[in-house]
Amino acid sequence: MNAKTKSDQGGHLISKLGAFTITLLQELSSLVWMGRETISEIGERIATRRAPFRLEHFFYQSNRVGVGSVPMVILLSVFIGLTMALLTGYQLRRFGIVTLVPAIVSVSFIREMGPLFTGIVLASRIGAAYTAELGAMTAGGEVDAIEGMGIGALRYLVTPRILAIFFLTPCLTVISIVSGIIGGAFISSLMLQISYGYFYDQVMTNLLVKDVMAGIVKSFLFGAIIGMIACYKGLSVRGGAVGVGIATTSSVVTAISTVIACDSLCNIFIVTFFP
Amino acid sequence: MSATPEKLVEMRDVKLQFADKVILNGVNFSIQSQEILVIMGLSGGGKSTLLSILMGLLKPNAGSVLFKEEDLGKLSRPKLNEVRAHIGMVYQNAALISSMNARENISLPLKELSDKNDKEIDAIVDQKLELVGLKDARDKLPSELSGGMQKRVGLARALALEPELVLFDEPTAGLDPINGKLIDDLIVQLRDKQKVTAIVVTHEMDSAFAVATRMAFLHEGKIILEGTPEEFRHSDNPIVSKFLSSYSDHEHTKE
Repeated sequence: MNAKTKSDQGGHLISKLGAFTITLLQELSSLVWMGRETISEIGERIATRRAPFRLEHFFYQSNRVGVGSVPMVILLSVFIGLTMALLTGYQLRRFGIVTLVPAIVSVSFIREMGPLFTGIVLASRIGAAYTAELGAMTAGGEVDAIEGMGIGALRYLVTPRILAIFFLTPCLTVISIVSGIIGGAFISSLMLQISYGYFYDQVMTNLLVKDVMAGIVKSFLFGAIIGMIACYKGLSVRGGAVGVGIATTSSVVTAISTVIACDSLCNIFIVTFFP
Repeated sequence: MSATPEKLVEMRDVKLQFADKVILNGVNFSIQSQEILVIMGLSGGGKSTLLSILMGLLKPNAGSVLFKEEDLGKLSRPKLNEVRAHIGMVYQNAALISSMNARENISLPLKELSDKNDKEIDAIVDQKLELVGLKDARDKLPSELSGGMQKRVGLARALALEPELVLFDEPTAGLDPINGKLIDDLIVQLRDKQKVTAIVVTHEMDSAFAVATRMAFLHEGKIILEGTPEEFRHSDNPIVSKFLSSYSDHEHTKE
């Protein structure tokens, strides 16, 4: 009897896992379909010798994504840089190697923390906004109306949004890196007796083009992932206001999880092929 | 087998089903230029779905939809978008872009699909707003307009590209009699003055008989009766008779 129950539970777990895998693959293929259709709509538009999207829309979205996110990125990065330098410093002091703090803070921020935290800020701030906005438009029949006019909803709505987040994520990442390092330098000078001059010299000594490239390439990737997931979740909303809420939550959770998973994969790739 | 030239739109044996639910089960009808075809039927009977198929927003499982002899199902997306520019649609909920004011809503298809400059677009927007009697609502957001006004702005947007065919999805539903009559008059005026062909989906009898040159009744996925308004009034089809008598009973009760 007990064995039968255990086997039932095992079967239930497998069927749940199967259902989850099917949903995941379906969502993934829909996401790829959306990307492919957007690119093909852009191509068709260019073939008719028309601009694929309005520059004013791109600049509006860029302003939202970029300028609007600067304060939050700076605030978050300064505090993370500060905490990181402080905690690392206190641990390293015991071994007498507190002078390594500038190198640790700068390399971690350039390769890891900058792109990752910028991605998390953008997923929650901009990804949620994209999903809610496109979701409300989908639920209100506005997206169908745009499609029905022959305008091409994907090209018109998705392109400026994804391009804005794609190009602005690296810019914000640079701001995050600089802010994090400044935060680290500030606390190091205040609590760890490391001068600003020494901190700066150490950062410059340990700054490698390879690390900078890794951080920037990752941030482009994170921008594209957040934009794609947010727009996809928004356009696939079903069920009015409740549906918009569910999609927005799902968009933020999915985007943050995917960004973190991708970050790990990128790190494995970089460490393996560019040690 | 192609539609005769004077037929603007033709539906041939169109079938559509979602999972196990059959929505359309072999719909056949055609409409000629400058006709106003009113499609009636019970709520949830697939009337709005029919319009979505005509716009190419939904693909039927079987059958074909022809617009000026071109099968929409066989068109590439750029060609389909070209056809869509010749068809205007007035949605049940107006479906105006909520972040854009009336002027921006009407100018949207012109900016995206025509080569007109800003001055020409402005002139067209003013002309369309005047046509629907809403010149003062130019800078108002959809949320600042009443339901009737939203539908009229929706109509102005549908007319922006001078379409040959305009589809109306429940144009008078939820409107007071004065606003409803205003929309009906606009539909008739469009045909008389601008030679526009229209397909109107409604279950409001007043509106239907006021605008129709021909009528069709959709029931259980099929057109069960097609004819002039007069033929409809005298029809002995039990479902149509019941539908019309329920309406006249309701009207008598009101009197």
